[in-house]
Amino acid sequence: MVVESATALARKDVVGISQLDAGEIQLILDTAEELLDVAKRPIKKVPTLRGSTVVNLFMEPSTRTRFSFEVAEKRLSADTLNFSASGSSVSKGETLFDTAQNLMAMAPDFIVIRHPNSGAPHRLAQEVPASIINAGDGINEHPTQALLDAFTMRQHFGSLEGLKVVVAGDIRHSRVARSNAFLLDKMGAEVRFVAPASLLPLEVEELGVSTFLRLEPALEDADVVMMLRIQLERQKRVNFPSMREYFDFFALTPERLKLAADRAVVLHPGPMNRGVEIDSLVADGSQSLILEQVTNGVAVRMAILYLLAGGPSEAASDS
Amino acid sequence: MTADKASRTALTEVLDEAAMGRTVARMAAEILERDGDSLMLVGIHTRGIPLADRLARALGEATGREVPVGRLDITLYRDDVGPWRPAHQQPVLKKTVLPDSIDDQVIYLVDDVLFTGRTIRAALDTLADWGRPTAVRLAVLIDRGHRELPIAADVVGKALDTTRDEDVQVRLTEVDGEDGVWIGREADNGG
Repeated sequence: MVVESATALARKDVVGISQLDAGEIQLILDTAEELLDVAKRPIKKVPTLRGSTVVNLFMEPSTRTRFSFEVAEKRLSADTLNFSASGSSVSKGETLFDTAQNLMAMAPDFIVIRHPNSGAPHRLAQEVPASIINAGDGINEHPTQALLDAFTMRQHFGSLEGLKVVVAGDIRHSRVARSNAFLLDKMGAEVRFVAPASLLPLEVEELGVSTFLRLEPALEDADVVMMLRIQLERQKRVNFPSMREYFDFFALTPERLKLAADRAVVLHPGPMNRGVEIDSLVADGSQSLILEQVTNGVAVRMAILYLLAGGPSEAASDS
Repeated sequence: MTADKASRTALTEVLDEAAMGRTVARMAAEILERDGDSLMLVGIHTRGIPLADRLARALGEATGREVPVGRLDITLYRDDVGPWRPAHQQPVLKKTVLPDSIDDQVIYLVDDVLFTGRTIRAALDTLADWGRPTAVRLAVLIDRGHRELPIAADVVGKALDTTRDEDVQVRLTEVDGEDGVWIGREADNGG
């Protein structure tokens, strides 16, 4: 499978990986490759989005994704407005639609949205003329995270095709796992989900992945091991007996990592719970690309902003 | 260029392969006379890059010293990219590679055609973010006039008298498979 890069990202919004085709994903990754260099220059800024306004609408706590978007926006010279749920009128009962209408009165060109409800970015995209970029919606998708994970894998291995990728942890509550499954399937990689039965998603067959209830068998020949955080905030009840037991069965330890391919690398979208899903020796070890992920995240988000800039294409507005 | 456009456009050759070779050699001699060999050539994507390589080869043969060559992608500094662009059709980004710091160096920007001057304006802005050269000069194979900005070339291969809607095509073996320069005039409708 040779994926040809698309010539343009001819769409208004990026709300999920499920809507993108392989050529568009390739174009985003190729563009990010060039934008990565901006951080290596004496002046880490280009004037491309001068005069554009980006609203960062974060209705859920986030540190690294929000910072990453903000750095990306600033490196492209866009003006940024930050809006978070606490201390805003959202906590006073305003609906998403009313918030968006009020924001549109300030004429932003982009809205980066993180929202606890799955589908909120999609809904917003239909309501407002600004380009919407999904920074994570409920348990649905986190497209920029999957793109930066893919970028990091491609940077290390040269191609995504044929890679065996283990995604382990709280799969059911993970939009990162879902977006990664969509993306890796489109790009010809093999995905293995590992979780206790209580944390596997219900619609796992639709995602085209294989599932494992134990980490060891999934690790065999694996090229990439992606560990996910236990999302205590999304669990209505505890799905496993104790953190200690979770560590004993599912944590990535140096011994378990030896079961993967010699060339295997370790990813984690953060924030990490050291001693729960990942051993510190692995997180800080030579096979870890966790800090590269953070650097690459800025370039990937710059690429999406760059490619979406400008008004809607005629073809898109006809549909 | 599409076949459809080619059929409507009459092409006149203004520089053949041999003449282009002589022109590049003369440009290299002018650069040498003006600044010696202590300089960096920086080609602008796409056809400025092979031209910069050719000038570097000519300078190297004349002086026995290797002249450093860089390549510049000006896309992120263009005045028609970003929020002003009418459609989601942003140009594909290419690599900027500078072999060394440009601080305190004499830089020759190299491009195939000088027309409105907007590309060179973007190139100057790009360079300014990379450092502070002693001087920036401009070498172009073809100057076809119709400037929209106060920009002039220091070394010109050939100046062409053109009308605004004429099409100047520089073809280089490294990119297009042949060497030569043509002017295309829109053929009369039905004529």
